[in-house]
Amino acid sequence: MNTIGLTFVDWLLIALYFGFVLGIGFYLKKFMKNDEDFFLAGRKNSSWVAGLAFLSANLGALELLGMTGNTFKYGMYVAHFYWIGAIPAMLFLGIYMMPFYYSSKIKSIPGYLKLRFDEKTRVLNAFAFAIMTLLVSGINLYAMALVLHTFLGWNWDVSMWVSAATVAAYVTFSGLMSAIFTEIIQFFLIWFGLFLVSVMGIIEIGSIQEIFTRVPAAYNTLWSTSGNPADNGMMISWGGIVLGLGFVLSFGYWTTDFLVVQRAFSAKDLRTARLTPIVASFFKMALPFIVILAGLIAYVLANDPKSGFQLLKDGSQINYDSALPLLIVRYYPTGLIGLGVTALLAGFMAGQAGNISAFNTVWTYDIYKSIINKKASDAHLLKMGRAATLVGVLLSLVTAYWAKSFPSIMDYMQAIFSWVNAPLFATMLLGMFVVWITPNGAFWGLVLGMGSSFTLYIAVKFGWIEGSLLTMSNSSSEMAANFWRAWWAWLICFGSTIIVSLFTKKKPREELVGLVKGLTPIVETEAEKLVPYYLRPGFWAIASLIIFIALNIYFW
Amino acid sequence: MRPIWYFVGLILSINGIIIFGTGLYLLYNPPAVKTVLFDTHPNIWWGILMTIFGVVFTLLNMNKRVE
Repeated sequence: MNTIGLTFVDWLLIALYFGFVLGIGFYLKKFMKNDEDFFLAGRKNSSWVAGLAFLSANLGALELLGMTGNTFKYGMYVAHFYWIGAIPAMLFLGIYMMPFYYSSKIKSIPGYLKLRFDEKTRVLNAFAFAIMTLLVSGINLYAMALVLHTFLGWNWDVSMWVSAATVAAYVTFSGLMSAIFTEIIQFFLIWFGLFLVSVMGIIEIGSIQEIFTRVPAAYNTLWSTSGNPADNGMMISWGGIVLGLGFVLSFGYWTTDFLVVQRAFSAKDLRTARLTPIVASFFKMALPFIVILAGLIAYVLANDPKSGFQLLKDGSQINYDSALPLLIVRYYPTGLIGLGVTALLAGFMAGQAGNISAFNTVWTYDIYKSIINKKASDAHLLKMGRAATLVGVLLSLVTAYWAKSFPSIMDYMQAIFSWVNAPLFATMLLGMFVVWITPNGAFWGLVLGMGSSFTLYIAVKFGWIEGSLLTMSNSSSEMAANFWRAWWAWLICFGSTIIVSLFTKKKPREELVGLVKGLTPIVETEAEKLVPYYLRPGFWAIASLIIFIALNIYFW
Repeated sequence: MRPIWYFVGLILSINGIIIFGTGLYLLYNPPAVKTVLFDTHPNIWWGILMTIFGVVFTLLNMNKRVE
């Protein structure tokens, strides 16, 4: 294909971004005094800073390209990832789970498992999370190099090593704080760099109404065609959306994945930490106005012979991920092209920095200090965190080269989440809300949950069992299979945790105070009583919920 | 330290000024192959929007310091 031609101005904007993030990393380094500054950004952030970082840690360019392409492929149903697949879980985290996380002063999610259950559960989850994080980070790096190579003609190795070295430099300088700073800059660059695509698409086609009119019914609704999987583009029923995506995958990711939850831990107090995912939920709901709208615009243009717009093809396969870059090329003159490419680059790099900053924390506290060097001082842990950052980036590069030799590995990303996060959500839910769940119940529940999810994936992949056994439908897509597999893995973990807990030794109740709902009285301090209603998490959670319901009804 | 909003303002205003400047150049030196809707001059109005947003953020946070 012809690659996108960049002019001097475009290169200037890209170079400016690289210089800027390195400069910020260097500037923040002098404020990193101890391990808490490095791993938790000093726990001093406001809800706006923590909230935007919480959202941006999840907002990688891989997601932007993939979800725009998926909208072309599956239609409006992709909006479920942004609404039912995120908002209820984010609000649940802010209202119900954050008090246990934040008040126990833990530094990571495995740290909570240690307090609530025992050391072996913590170490099991820490290893699973560390491996998952490095895999996702490497795949992110691989995807970035692939996009830069395909659309810009950049050298594969150079673009990967330059980006990885930049991320390694600024995360090593100042840890989570520089990751959070660059994530927020990325958030604004993405909106300014990519929202213009939707604006220009609306101008060209005429109106938003016209876009929806020119898209078939199976592609322009959210729920009305979910009664029968054969009637919608994603080939899934409402049950799969609600149970698999809306409940298990969404709650599993947004409430237990340390990559995002770590941002809330950086908040200055409990109220701010609780507001973090709630603030993020408003911006999450707005993202379809970039991603979904751009996907629908691409669909309308591709089906209009007069537009001259077609997605790229790899042999006979349509490259759905080419939708967003091709729209950028269609509408952006020189200068704006540089901004669009910078927005994608920022997304990739911030996504990788997020994974690396989460990895260095879990490695340092939950593996190194927990198993290898229990008496390590704070200063030693700070050095270990910086070393883990460099090693993490190098391991990501190894994973990226591995992904390069197996291109279909990108399909496995959702599967990786269903192996680790879906069972962990069952463990967390039971651990936080049921007093009599035992350490052995949690450990064996996690082992069986993760094992069954992986086994089901392999069994369907190699044809040992029919996929329809999982999805309970003869027509289904790969996405539908992911949703349903996550649901079964959650159920197996949930059930086995309860059964094993019935027969094993419980932890003394006094050790669970502050960690489990029934044993943790919510006492409002005098200062908290004076906080007006419009600054309270409950008020904003209700506002978010109302908008969420209204959007679902409007696009029903 | 300086708040993050200061840095956000700085990068947006610098980018906005460069994009606006490019828009002015393209207004008087249009390329041989034009992008779709080129005549709406997106560089100019988007560049102005980014610059305004960036300058406001920078000015509001120029003298602030956070822990």
